[in-house]
Amino acid sequence: MEIFDIFLLETVLNGVLFGGVLALLALGLNLIFGVIDVVWICYAELMMIGMYTVFYLTKTFGWNLFAAFAAAIVIVSVLGVLLHVLVIRPVLDSEPINQLLVTGGMLTFMQAAATLAFGIEFRNVGVSMPSLVLGEISLPWSRISAALTALVAMVLLWLFLKKTYLGTAIRAISQDRGIMPLVGVSPARIYLTTSAIGGALAGLGACLLVLQYDVHPAIGLSFGPLTFMVCVLGGLGNMLGGFIAAFIFAQLISIGGFYFHIEWGYVMAFAFFIVMMFVRPQGILGGKS
Amino acid sequence: MSAMLELKNVSAGYGTFQALFDVTLSVNAGEAVAVIGPNGAGKTTLLRAISKLINVKSGDIAFEGRSLATVEPHRIIELGLSQVPEHRRLFPRLTVEENLRMGAYMEAARPKFAQRLEMVYALFPRMKERRHQMAGTMSGGEQQMCAIGRALMSGPKLLLLDEPSAGLAPVIVQSIFDLMRKIRAEGYTVMIVEQNVRQVLKVVDRAYLLEVGRIKASGSAAELLASDEIQKAYVGL
Amino acid sequence: MIGRNWIIATALLACVPLAVSSLYILHVLITLLIWAFIYTGWSLMGRFGLVSFGHGAFMGIGAYVVTLLWNLQGISPWIGIPLGMLLAVAVAVLIGYPCFRFRITGHYFALVTLALTEVVRSIIIALRDTTGGSLGITPASALKDGATWSLTALQCSDKRVFFYAALVCWLVGIWIWQRIDQSMMRHAMQAISQEEDAAASVGVNVTRAKLTITVISAAMTAFGGALYGQYQQYINPETVASLGVSLQMVFAVIAGGMFVKLGPTVGAVFTLLLTEGLRVGIGNQINSLDSTIYGLMLVLFIIYMPDGILGKLMEKRRAGPRAA
Repeated sequence: MEIFDIFLLETVLNGVLFGGVLALLALGLNLIFGVIDVVWICYAELMMIGMYTVFYLTKTFGWNLFAAFAAAIVIVSVLGVLLHVLVIRPVLDSEPINQLLVTGGMLTFMQAAATLAFGIEFRNVGVSMPSLVLGEISLPWSRISAALTALVAMVLLWLFLKKTYLGTAIRAISQDRGIMPLVGVSPARIYLTTSAIGGALAGLGACLLVLQYDVHPAIGLSFGPLTFMVCVLGGLGNMLGGFIAAFIFAQLISIGGFYFHIEWGYVMAFAFFIVMMFVRPQGILGGKS
Repeated sequence: MSAMLELKNVSAGYGTFQALFDVTLSVNAGEAVAVIGPNGAGKTTLLRAISKLINVKSGDIAFEGRSLATVEPHRIIELGLSQVPEHRRLFPRLTVEENLRMGAYMEAARPKFAQRLEMVYALFPRMKERRHQMAGTMSGGEQQMCAIGRALMSGPKLLLLDEPSAGLAPVIVQSIFDLMRKIRAEGYTVMIVEQNVRQVLKVVDRAYLLEVGRIKASGSAAELLASDEIQKAYVGL
Repeated sequence: MIGRNWIIATALLACVPLAVSSLYILHVLITLLIWAFIYTGWSLMGRFGLVSFGHGAFMGIGAYVVTLLWNLQGISPWIGIPLGMLLAVAVAVLIGYPCFRFRITGHYFALVTLALTEVVRSIIIALRDTTGGSLGITPASALKDGATWSLTALQCSDKRVFFYAALVCWLVGIWIWQRIDQSMMRHAMQAISQEEDAAASVGVNVTRAKLTITVISAAMTAFGGALYGQYQQYINPETVASLGVSLQMVFAVIAGGMFVKLGPTVGAVFTLLLTEGLRVGIGNQINSLDSTIYGLMLVLFIIYMPDGILGKLMEKRRAGPRAA
């Protein structure tokens, strides 16, 4: 029985590491929602493009891994801005559901275009990292470093939001859009900045995931729905809630996968999401309505 | 001497609804001017037009001799025009100090943030006590102080106040008007829009009476306070 | 009103198999009618602001229940189809009731229903030993020893039979749309989609009205899924129970026009022409070119033509005489 518990512990730890990455992914989406009031359904597809960027820059062009990471972050960030300017801005004043649908269209578009451009093969950057071995538990460094990087990124983002003028404005805008010009803030410019940051976070997420997973055009579907659920569960726009929800989700998937099969982990996570929507529609940290 | 703020034949409204007709008024440097009138007279629309939250249909608004027609809304504050909006409109989930920081958002105000923060705290010691409190959890009077403080953080030449006494308990209303005097004493040029005619006329130098979107009367505060029309319609008794 | 035009159009359609011997054209028409039926089912909710990404789940339930019951227990689709519809309706109520009760609308409704699709898809994949997982599943063939049809298994090698089945099914779908359009429910739902509180205050039972629509829509979609499975003789989670198929429904309906009777059908024609056109024009191998164009067009439609093709045409036609 003791060995059994060790494996469970390893599962839980793996869940924590996965939770860290998931929290980072959710953070970008949450920021976008909080500020612009739009859900980027194609968020994980931006990440997919970042993963391909890293793959091609390192494999085909022989770039240094970290240079490729930097390039991926910049490129996805620019894509985020383009997405906002070309797709979101024209529907900013139409019904909220239209905003969901245009980004849904972008999901289909980006996934299919990636299939055209890159083919359906699974690709791997081929960076293998050793595992951290603690007694009978072994945790891959790729996961540990990803979770740590995610954590550092989240702290930096928090400091930015808390300590800078721009960060304060980003937090303020969701609380009262109408008076922003009175304090000298142009909402349009804040939307652009936020889209750039959200894109950069997706790019960073891509860098962290590319070390652990193969890239393929449909990889967004493995992470996208999960990321929305985490955001909604945490209360859209509520970053702390999203953080907690990410760890709950990661544990459900990890432990569900340990006892049954990874798909059952997903079933549990999504079913939990649906139930929670009825119990606490305002998110796990939200007050009463 | 040309006026600091000058409105010439301004008409404005929302969609097909016109709220202001041919409004002409001015505020000189160092003055305190009130625009009084009943609910729905167009007072808030007037301030929204000055701050460019809505566009004017015709006429012109000039500040220090410069027309505001081509100025972007978020650049108005950079010219030295700062507005305390109706219902205060603080950011409820930011702290008092963060709200004040938003008031100093424009580039020119940032280096003077610490200095002006001290100034605002000196003016409203209560705000210093509450600086880490979420603005939304404070009482109405305290929120009004915070909103005025936020508007002062940009170091404005002209302070626009939209119904500072609205929605506040009578005791608090009194203290808000005391505050107005304090701000005047600091040397700010002020334009106040108010329904509380009797109180506001004790604070300002001049006033305009706005009814159904048109200026109906104007004059010194003392003249208006003495006029029969104002006495009957607004001051009561 | 079921006018003369309808009778003539239906009669003409019914004559197609007699006039056309091309199996390919027949195949395209059958697929078209089945999808048009499913899209019409989706639009019942969509037109009242209930944008569901959960119809992949309903379609998947319909298709898988029928196929699994037949393959595992030998239960005829005649029983399987009602059971599949029943299960889809049960799931729809299970999700819909709390959603409507707790006023989950807009983004949130879309995301809850998206989660539902993911649950169903994950379950199908998790039960790979019985469902075949992502590789999909084929209904056991009942056409042995040269038999060309089996009534119990609802299988038939003659496409014409499926054509008539699909045609009837589509007509019923249109009839349901029309019935709802002319009923009191339509006014209630319209009021709700515009101003929920106001509707409730004038005595509309918001939860019940939404639930009724949802149940009808889910049942139609499950039926469409079952029919699709029976016709294609192959289903997999990506084609009948994924976010992709849910988005496909949304796209087709928006492209065609969500608020007009034939909008979803026009959407089906449009998407199918696009897919088949690209397939024939450019070749089989590039099977994601159509999706690339779909995605892009969905974006363009929502930005520039949110009423859809038919919606736009009808608006023009209505505006035309007045302008003249």
